[in-house]
Amino acid sequence: MNVIPLNRPRRKLGTVSVPNVTLAHGGGGKAMKDLIDDVFISVFGGGGPDALEDQARIDLLDLTKLGDRVAFTTDSFVVDPLFFPGGDIGKLAICGTINDLAVGGAKPLYISCAAIIEEGVPIDLLRKIARSMAETAQVAGVRIVTGDTKVVHKGACDKVFLTTTGIGVIGDGISLGVDQASAGDLILVNGLLGDHGAAILGARGDMALDSPIVSDCAALHGLIAKLLEAAPRTRAIRDATRGGIATVLNEIADASSVSISVNEELTPIRPEVKGFCEILGLDPLYLANEGKLVAVVPQNEADAALQALRSDPLGHDAEVIGEVTAGEPGRVTMRTVFGGVRIVDMLVGEQLPRIC
Amino acid sequence: MKYVDEFRDRDKAKSLVREIESLVREIDIAKERPIAIMEVCGGHTHSIFRYGLEGMLPKEIELVHGPGCPVCVLPMGRIDDCVAVAERSDVICTTFGDAMRVPGSRKSLLHAKADGADIRMVYSPMDALALARKNPDREVVFFGIGFETTMPSTALTILQAEAEGITNFSVFCNHITIVPTIKAILDDPDMQIDGFLGPGHVSMVIGTNPYDFVAHYYKRPMVVAGFEPLDVLQSIWMVLKQIKDGHAGIENQYTRIVPEGGNERALDAVYKVYELREFFEWRGLGSIDHSGVKIRESYAQYDAERKFAMPNIQVADPHACQCGSVLKGLIKPWQCQVFGTACTPETPLGALMVSSEGACAAYYQYGGVKKQAAAS
Repeated sequence: MNVIPLNRPRRKLGTVSVPNVTLAHGGGGKAMKDLIDDVFISVFGGGGPDALEDQARIDLLDLTKLGDRVAFTTDSFVVDPLFFPGGDIGKLAICGTINDLAVGGAKPLYISCAAIIEEGVPIDLLRKIARSMAETAQVAGVRIVTGDTKVVHKGACDKVFLTTTGIGVIGDGISLGVDQASAGDLILVNGLLGDHGAAILGARGDMALDSPIVSDCAALHGLIAKLLEAAPRTRAIRDATRGGIATVLNEIADASSVSISVNEELTPIRPEVKGFCEILGLDPLYLANEGKLVAVVPQNEADAALQALRSDPLGHDAEVIGEVTAGEPGRVTMRTVFGGVRIVDMLVGEQLPRIC
Repeated sequence: MKYVDEFRDRDKAKSLVREIESLVREIDIAKERPIAIMEVCGGHTHSIFRYGLEGMLPKEIELVHGPGCPVCVLPMGRIDDCVAVAERSDVICTTFGDAMRVPGSRKSLLHAKADGADIRMVYSPMDALALARKNPDREVVFFGIGFETTMPSTALTILQAEAEGITNFSVFCNHITIVPTIKAILDDPDMQIDGFLGPGHVSMVIGTNPYDFVAHYYKRPMVVAGFEPLDVLQSIWMVLKQIKDGHAGIENQYTRIVPEGGNERALDAVYKVYELREFFEWRGLGSIDHSGVKIRESYAQYDAERKFAMPNIQVADPHACQCGSVLKGLIKPWQCQVFGTACTPETPLGALMVSSEGACAAYYQYGGVKKQAAAS
């Protein structure tokens, strides 16, 4: 991946001298401009020829050199706490948007960022989030090219909400889809599952568990490019975010009208996450991930796919966890470590800890 | 995970299943009808589904999922009362997570929260007491539910509140006791249970002696069982062995946790803080004498029922709901007329569809084969 250097701004940027955001920063006047300059433009760049316009302008010809379809996605981030082991809301937003593009086979290019800010939030906290976004984007080789800020009354939102929208280009001939799984295909994951969900629950600190678990938050486009190179007939890729791999597997089984059977013994989950789930009565299959993908790969490309995944640090613990079968359409089952078989259904509502 | 994986060993499971199969072949009643074994506790129901144990057992064994899910047996009226208290502006209502979704006649706690009530999920009553310390100008009410398993922790929290002189903490006590309920099931003329898996966590507190009547008066074997899949299989084997030998006794498979005499300190706290209610309403089972506890007069200041004017709402179970028949083992969850149609985990009609320990929700979530059979 080439790293695109951020443009340094040409005009003099405004700065904020007060410690906290007030409603004045959303008023549209100088205070707002200073906030945007100080917090966002200073780290995102934005000194290009269209810097003063209301929209980023993207050269179509440049896009068509990369492929034949534009991929376009949007996602909002409301994570609590804003900073957690392994990441923060800024890193999460950029990685999440990159991954939503990349799992469709797209090369992620441009991202927009809208921030809804609660009055009273420290400016330094915003600076930290924006820096994290800029760094994540720079390492990933994508550019944050446009954005928006709104400030709302105390209590109208929880500190900071971010919405990021991404544009990427899908290369000629790449055609991934959750409706393309067929009997005999294998199910791969790129590593240990449930880390993000467990890290967030642990970081909230309301269950007095001292948890060493770190979020897996990562941009997966590089890994996916390697995977598609090694296994060009890959049927489908999904990132297993909210609802965990159980949800993704159900979506694939539904869309493709196939059965999926996974093997608990082969499903990689770190002991700390298992222990965390045991204590709280949660099922790690439903815990969120932010750097894990599920790939459906034809059997004859599975070895190559697994090797490609494992050759990358983000896929070091990759495993083949199951297979697509011709069983009842939409059914996902798991062979348990104990030798029994159970249904893995879609989760109803939120996972609630069991009483005892 | 050490101390966990040992109890999930596949090879040991296989040999246990083989022994169960050969034992079943020697039991005469199995030639005429399935042997019905009730697991009393919802934790066992959860393990059975989580590890796919039903599918591993010979078809001559029928597992009946009993009333031991405290969330499931909460009647609608008690939820309505809790919602009424939670909706007061001076109250922070605290509850265990899986009680949030139990339907009341108006709404669940989850819906009340969405409508603006200050309801917080806690993992222990001590967390609720900590909230009371932090919010001296609000009344923190803990929705105390559960069998003898959770009863001591609520009692100890009340004793702690007293020791600290905290006055803005109270408990809406819905704790229930399992023994009268097992008796009620055994007294039911339709009862068809050949043996029981006794509750593990409850017995950790009360010991195994309180179950003696099951063997002596009703001549049914009971094995107090642990919750790991090998525990459950071994306990089933132990029940079958008694049936085969024509014996009925109370055995303890869960010796690593359950002492015969229970936990004296926990029981002390329980007796100090609670007394038996004359009767308590169970969802699906109706009113059962001496099956619930209330907070004693001497701790009245920690009793939400005394502190607030509870509406004390009585609500009949929905007509179509057959939770009672499922709880008594008379029908299987999928044989209920509303299973998977009017009653689903998204919109539970009966409480057995609410908690993952509830037999219906467990079937719906994990037991799809039977679900499909029901649909067709």
